[in-house]
Amino acid sequence: MPVITYIEHGGREHRVEVPSGLSVMRGAVDNGIPGIDADCGGECACATCHVYVDEAWLAATGTPVPGSQEASMLSFAALAQDNSRLSCQIKVSEALDGLIVRLPEGQH
Amino acid sequence: MSPPLDDAVQSAAGSVSLDEIDVISDPQIYQDDTWYPYFARLRRDDPVHHVRESRYGPYWAVTKYKDIMQVEVNHQIYSSASELGGIQIEEQPKGMDRPSFIRMDPPKHDEQRKVVSPVVAPGNLANMEGLIRERTIKVLEGLPRGETFDWVDRVSIELTTMMLATLFDYPWDDRRQLTYWSDVAICNVNSPESPVHSEEERFAEMAKMAQSLGALLNERAQMPPRFDLLSMLAHGEATREMPIREFMGTLALLIVGGNDTTRNSMSGGLYALSEHPGEYQKLRDDPSLIPGMVSEIIRYVTPVIHMRRTAKEDAELGGKQIKKGDKVVIWYVSGNRDPEAIENPDAFIIDRARPRQHLSFGFGIHRCVGNRLAELQLKILWEELLPRYPKIEVMGPPHRVYSNFIHGIRSLPARIPA
Repeated sequence: MPVITYIEHGGREHRVEVPSGLSVMRGAVDNGIPGIDADCGGECACATCHVYVDEAWLAATGTPVPGSQEASMLSFAALAQDNSRLSCQIKVSEALDGLIVRLPEGQH
Repeated sequence: MSPPLDDAVQSAAGSVSLDEIDVISDPQIYQDDTWYPYFARLRRDDPVHHVRESRYGPYWAVTKYKDIMQVEVNHQIYSSASELGGIQIEEQPKGMDRPSFIRMDPPKHDEQRKVVSPVVAPGNLANMEGLIRERTIKVLEGLPRGETFDWVDRVSIELTTMMLATLFDYPWDDRRQLTYWSDVAICNVNSPESPVHSEEERFAEMAKMAQSLGALLNERAQMPPRFDLLSMLAHGEATREMPIREFMGTLALLIVGGNDTTRNSMSGGLYALSEHPGEYQKLRDDPSLIPGMVSEIIRYVTPVIHMRRTAKEDAELGGKQIKKGDKVVIWYVSGNRDPEAIENPDAFIIDRARPRQHLSFGFGIHRCVGNRLAELQLKILWEELLPRYPKIEVMGPPHRVYSNFIHGIRSLPARIPA
């Protein structure tokens, strides 16, 4: 099963197994990882599952399509960067085994 | 458990012809707190319901969580634009309408929202937490013991008005002026309890507000940028040159959004706990439940009753054909009580699973920008209340606001045991 590493803003790491097909957001929520709020439950309708994708993994996860709902919601997130994604929009697969994402200071 | 209701109301809602269900736009049912069964009926029998005639003209009533969500995320179809009618079932009169970014579509909405959003972003909340806590303690310690007082005035309004004065960096001693303008901006002018009684009177008071705050804003435009809303508006590229009605609307949005909804959650939260003593005890036994309870309070209270959109093109929603130009009203009060989205939704459960999944802040690009600040204020209130006053007694029913837009509590008698 793919292993995803979530790094809290304070530096604490969580390495968890997440089944393929689930979202990176769901992996965090199901494992009780603090720092991902996911208020809308995965509808891409808020920006409270914001993560920074480790640079080495950006090619694998891809970046939001300009003009998409994800890009639009992310543009309102505090502290968005070029490697920002909404984790509900990243689908876990074997290709993402080892993915590292960092969490922002807060979700907004 | 369903909320207690007069049998008469319950059966009227169950048997009335669906063609007559325009009652949901009647502000009286929110003041009387009798709205539940009408929405239960609509969710069951016709979740995307066309109201052919109402005091506000024809509109679609959208009452289920998932359909509301669909409207929220499709802003390309469902417009908030002021010129199409804005965001309330009752439109602002032409010539007196007051646009603001909540009543705009992209791209202008995005540009203006981004000017003000840093003030309520996580970094600044961390800066403000100490100040909010200090003030909350002071307000709570100043409450009388052993006598009945108005919780709304002494706690809910006081705390949220202080917050608003800080966000605007407004002269401290005059801060209740902000509360007054908030009430003027959002009240139903047909209520005898409202501070103004016609749209003309409202417009005149809003103009005074714009003049007064405009003077402060002009001062701040001459100074280096600071981290308060007036300075941010004065220096923001997308906001520094606004036509007068847009300036009025923007101020009203920030003032109402910045206090009224949190105020009503502070009042409604105490009332909900007093009505559910088992939950109140659960809270006393385990204060770590506060963050989840705050979300549950915000869901249960649902401080904004509805939002309205206007279809910019034909669309399908819940199996119905929406036509370009149609008025679409999404009823948050109903979506937040939809059993298909929220388990046992009529119950107030402070430790429910997934408490953050509610519609009270809206979703999509217009989602409440101050949501985290609102939660922070409510969290601090309960964190500081519990150790001081384990029990606040509610001495009578809340007096609710006559409105189909703001789900408000005007007064709530409370007492701290001596």
